[in-house]
Amino acid sequence: MKYLDEFRDPALARRLLAEIERITTGRWAIMEVCGGQTHSIIRNGIDQLLPPGIELIHGPGCPVCVTPLGMIDKALAIAARPEVIFCSFGDMLRVPGSAVDLFTVKANGGDVRVVYSPLDALALAEQHPDRQVVFFAIGFETTAPANAMAVHLAHERGVANFSVLVSHVLVPPAIEAIVTSPVNRVNGFLAAGHVCSVMGTWQYDPLVSRHRLPIVVTGFEPLDVLDGIRRVVAQLEEGRAEVENAYPRVVTAEGNPAAQAMVADVFEVCDRRWRGIGPIPASGWRLAARYRHLDAEARFDVADVDAPESPHCRSGEVLQGLIKPHECASFGTRCTPRTPLGATMVSGEGACAAYYQYRRLDGTPVGVGSGS
Amino acid sequence: MCLAVPGKIVEVRDERGTRMATVDFDGIRKDICLAYLPDLAVGEYVIVHVGFAIARVDEASALETLALFRDLGILEEELGAGTP
Ligand code: SF4
Repeated sequence: MKYLDEFRDPALARRLLAEIERITTGRWAIMEVCGGQTHSIIRNGIDQLLPPGIELIHGPGCPVCVTPLGMIDKALAIAARPEVIFCSFGDMLRVPGSAVDLFTVKANGGDVRVVYSPLDALALAEQHPDRQVVFFAIGFETTAPANAMAVHLAHERGVANFSVLVSHVLVPPAIEAIVTSPVNRVNGFLAAGHVCSVMGTWQYDPLVSRHRLPIVVTGFEPLDVLDGIRRVVAQLEEGRAEVENAYPRVVTAEGNPAAQAMVADVFEVCDRRWRGIGPIPASGWRLAARYRHLDAEARFDVADVDAPESPHCRSGEVLQGLIKPHECASFGTRCTPRTPLGATMVSGEGACAAYYQYRRLDGTPVGVGSGS
Repeated sequence: MCLAVPGKIVEVRDERGTRMATVDFDGIRKDICLAYLPDLAVGEYVIVHVGFAIARVDEASALETLALFRDLGILEEELGAGTP
């Protein structure tokens, strides 16, 4: 496919690596915010090819991983109801709630369906007027325009048996929370390219001027990630702190105005709790007042459902870059992708699952001699 | 689920007032909503996420970035030869 292979060229990757090595003199911790980038980094072993002064910290940018336990329990309660068809993106099905997961609800007779697009869920509602169709609207700014469109069309077409369980989260407040944490070690950020393709790069300007940290908007192919790292290191070495766009073939400064307008119409900013991290002020979206008749929490009376998180899972520390997945005592033993204790082991974009798939217990790559 | 991938537009049409397209992902074809990029045309590349085109892929910019990567370090290699 065009624009995939070209950005995986090993010869150009060596050039970028040599350049990173040439300019690096300090010790820098760089966080890739997005789980898609974490996956690309671990699969391609990029973190192990970098000069020893550069450490990559895997950030909280996987919406599946940060959806709080209480929200999963709400989904489970709704999905178990006989009149409901519960629709979700596939990787939410194995996320453990406090007792079971959506797969278990499905195995026990619940009508749980995987959809590719929120519009598929809306179509199901129109095909089954006698059933209640609920869509689990999770995601970052990348997913919000799609989910907002389903809500908007349901409202316009008067699809009364459709509703959404909304658990949207936003990237800039999460970066703010990481930077202002007393244990923060991050010197610079790779910001998620596809979030910015919707929202533009302008929303990072206040963060950079407040905290004087480089933020480089980065793509997902190996060359994209290496170029993002190269630009963050260059800024750090030269004492600069700017928003830089390393993904200009997809991202513009203003983003996608039509998508932003739809999101602003359907959603409003709210406080959200992040799994493993805790509450972050103004870090999410919920339905705006005029769409609240489509809110599944109110319709099925689950607004008060809540649950404390497991004390054995250290995903909160993983998500904040305080430990690497293999440093968790449960990693690869009690906790595997088949028996996940935390959401970071469920999603392919979660740091624990990426390490499990491509790394040994000690963090070295699968298939590479460990020296013994 | 946050992965978004580039695909090529092979057909554009209107469905109940919403702009839709058939997009080819390396041989796999899917119906994609173009509501947020209604002026996209057949033959263009787009980034698609959960059934929606969210950004166009700019060919000139892609080539420029690749050219930048190819030139990286070349100046240093030339200047570096001969310096102690
Ligand atoms: S390995 Fe499992 S238990 Fe440990 S932090 Fe990751 S998800 Fe939680």
